[in-house]
Amino acid sequence: MSAALTDTPGGTRGRLSRAYLGMVAEPWLYLLPSLLLIGGVMLLPLAIGLGYAFQEFNLLRPGAAKWVGLDNFQDLWADPQFWRALRNTLVWTGASVTLQFAGGLGLALLLNTRFHGKKLVQALVFLPWAVPTFLTALTFSWLLNPVIGPVPYWLSGLGLIEEPYNILGNPDTALWGPILANVWYGVPFFAITLLAALSAIPSELYEAAEIDGASGWQSFTKITLPFLAPMIVITVMLRTIWIANFADLIYVMTGGGPANSTQILSSYIFTTAFKRLDFGHASAIAVVLLALLMIYAAILLAVRSRLVRR
Amino acid sequence: MAALGRPHPALVAGKYLALAAYVAFALFPLYWLVKIAVTPDRLIYSEGTRYWPSAATWDNFREVLGSDFLRFFGNSVIVSLSTAAITAVIAAGGGYAFSRFDFRGKRLVSALLLLTQMFPLLIIIAPIYRIVASLGLLNTLPSLIVTYTAFNIPFALFLMQSFFDGIPKDLEEAAMIDGCTRMQALRKVILPLTLPGLGATLGFVFTAAWSEILFALMLIRKEESMTFPVGLLNFVSKFSVDWGQMMAAGVLALVPSCLFFAFIQRYLVQGLTSGAVKG
Amino acid sequence: MAGIELSGIAKSYGGVEVLRDVDLAVGEGEFVVLVGPSGCGKSTLLRMIAGLEPITAGELRIGGRRMNEVPPRGRDIAMVFQSYALYPHMTVARNMGFPMEIAHRPKAERAGPVARAAEVLGLGKLLDRYPRALSGGQRQRVAMGRAIVRQPQAFLFDEPLSNLDAALRVEMRLEIARLHHRIGATTVYVTHDQVEAMTLADRIVVMNAGRIQQVGTPMDLYERPANRFVAGFIGSPTMNIVEGTPVPDGLRLADGTVWPAPLGARALGIRPEHLHVAPDGDGAGLRAEVQLIERLGSDTNLFCEAPGVGPLLARVHGDVNLALGSSVVLTPDLARLHPFDAEGRRVPVGR
Repeated sequence: MSAALTDTPGGTRGRLSRAYLGMVAEPWLYLLPSLLLIGGVMLLPLAIGLGYAFQEFNLLRPGAAKWVGLDNFQDLWADPQFWRALRNTLVWTGASVTLQFAGGLGLALLLNTRFHGKKLVQALVFLPWAVPTFLTALTFSWLLNPVIGPVPYWLSGLGLIEEPYNILGNPDTALWGPILANVWYGVPFFAITLLAALSAIPSELYEAAEIDGASGWQSFTKITLPFLAPMIVITVMLRTIWIANFADLIYVMTGGGPANSTQILSSYIFTTAFKRLDFGHASAIAVVLLALLMIYAAILLAVRSRLVRR
Repeated sequence: MAALGRPHPALVAGKYLALAAYVAFALFPLYWLVKIAVTPDRLIYSEGTRYWPSAATWDNFREVLGSDFLRFFGNSVIVSLSTAAITAVIAAGGGYAFSRFDFRGKRLVSALLLLTQMFPLLIIIAPIYRIVASLGLLNTLPSLIVTYTAFNIPFALFLMQSFFDGIPKDLEEAAMIDGCTRMQALRKVILPLTLPGLGATLGFVFTAAWSEILFALMLIRKEESMTFPVGLLNFVSKFSVDWGQMMAAGVLALVPSCLFFAFIQRYLVQGLTSGAVKG
Repeated sequence: MAGIELSGIAKSYGGVEVLRDVDLAVGEGEFVVLVGPSGCGKSTLLRMIAGLEPITAGELRIGGRRMNEVPPRGRDIAMVFQSYALYPHMTVARNMGFPMEIAHRPKAERAGPVARAAEVLGLGKLLDRYPRALSGGQRQRVAMGRAIVRQPQAFLFDEPLSNLDAALRVEMRLEIARLHHRIGATTVYVTHDQVEAMTLADRIVVMNAGRIQQVGTPMDLYERPANRFVAGFIGSPTMNIVEGTPVPDGLRLADGTVWPAPLGARALGIRPEHLHVAPDGDGAGLRAEVQLIERLGSDTNLFCEAPGVGPLLARVHGDVNLALGSSVVLTPDLARLHPFDAEGRRVPVGR
């Protein structure tokens, strides 16, 4: 690209292709560090991890890893804890997403109106999103503890439990502790994304509907919801995947206990890898979780493409 | 027409009531955390469930600050700041490429980045442990920094791209006509305009790194290199009685997050929608 | 100050050719306007001169030096963008002095030219403001100021006025003309507005579909358009075109009227202002019905329909005493007829 290069006979071709190469290479140069890191720290380990699922590989039982085909999956099939974790995953994910979404939609609709002190209110209600997960988990396990927390007394006052005890200690109710924490933590996320989508709906639409004689409820079902629908589907899908993979709250609050009653698939992966150091088994669970999530995503994407086409 | 008049007073009251409920729901757990942290030791059990402590003290904080927590806190600051800084720089490069160039393979790379946000991260916890162990890097902070950086790059890259997209291409071209090389145009024109975006990215990544716990548990088992969450969890399982100190430590852990949260408030929507998948 | 020569310039994206066979020489101090509909390649051509788009084939010379491989910063040109491209984080003064800042000229040395340019453009009081605190017209002036301060070899303008409202556009157009008279710099100016082209240019380059249609002075283009495209693009309201069948002494229109035309002509163009209108009954000529009347005060536009021939627009001076639906006879100013052949090219009138 320098002036000295000009007017050298026969140089045009070389110059052009060098300039061309430079233009092609430039974006890759900027992307290179990102790609190297993602490749080395995420994609390569992903491939290795998928491989573990088909090997017997336990750090507590030394000896070279060996390929065992589908043995790990057969073990899983016979593992009652796995089935329990699968059921729990459905409850955990379903309840968390539903409650987070409902709470988030309500909050977004409220914040989309005009009122005094909106900025402050917004900052306060979004704050839980910024609280580190481990702290959320610890705070809620303390709140649920009858020694220092008020929640058990509220629950018994409401008649939901007979006496103020720690619901985290009861296998039948323990899962609802992390779900409560998760709802607290996740409502802001839905509220923020839905609020952004709401404010993107042109206000002329509501004015036109009002002139056409629509009631407030009709405006909501005929304008707001259809407008939000594609966005809701994609957000709910991504969030579902994220929550199904999200083991931190459960691990910190109950460690999967009591008696594995709160283990979900992802926390089960973690305890299997972290405590039992059985990487083969852990990876097999992870592969099952991955497959389930992919099926789920495929279904939801199909629904979304139908929604968008309409 | 009813719509032209003021809304019904009962509706207005209902709205403010609902808002108050949301604020209370959001703040109560944090209030409780702070309340117990300032409650003197002797009152913790007798006033365990009182809504307002009869006395307050800084003792718990003083004790926490004199304990191992200071080291954990320092480790977390090192890990989170380094992760945020490195991620922001690397993601800025990638985001710039995504925003300003059309190149073959762009869709593929973008699909790959999205994929990394979809699969259960725990699937790689075992391989990462093995790799880190074979490199002899277990129990070191750099192993965490590199891992966290990679985890956060896809999200940060999309976020930076959205910030670059907001800067008209004309500005760079004008700068280049005015005599700048591409690098000068970046430094003198694009960088100053991207600073808020860079700051927001720093904030998001810092918050994420600050609260990560599972990989930290797996990779760090020696006390001297524990991050704050791991240290706190260890503390909980070791002496699960000193509530005041734990809560005080929790409040301290909240401080950096809240600072960064205040800082990134304006960019929440952009951050959550462009990353779309980050917590 | 330097001339700009383009020879055999072509541009393609992938396999798609958007410009080809562009030959053009812009003389020193000349004001050349590139005009054409959107997508005709005029902006691409300007960006190639600026160095913002690589040149696929052909050669570009500025001041006699080959520039194809020279990056923008080495071309010593200034450009005013449609969006103005002011740096939002710099004051007006720093924006205008930015090229000199990049060239590492000391601060004291920059102040003089910036102040002079600001005075010329009436920006003296705004030097410490940021672009966001300026109106559209003021931003436009700052962008021009940044170009002037450099004293470049050539100025490039990319649709500089299209973001302004109508009144401001006229004002800024005069300003640009005034500035050009004062500085006399070589200028290439892109617009899609033929009024801007006619009023500003020493020479106009009309482009369509990636090719130059005609190069000439504004009056050249008005009086001798090289083809039907140029005829339709230059002049407002648009030129009327009527088709006809050749007969020995001209073209016979659908209603039987014969207008004189040279050999080879298949269509005739006549500008609205060169069409005489007479109330019905006054002799022979093309009969038409008045369908719509636009009274502009100084002129009146008559939209007429001639049976079989098609719609024709006539513009007359002052007002007319005609009613809608009345029948008129249209006669062209014979010296102002533009003959075109079957391909739409102008047929030379051999005398």
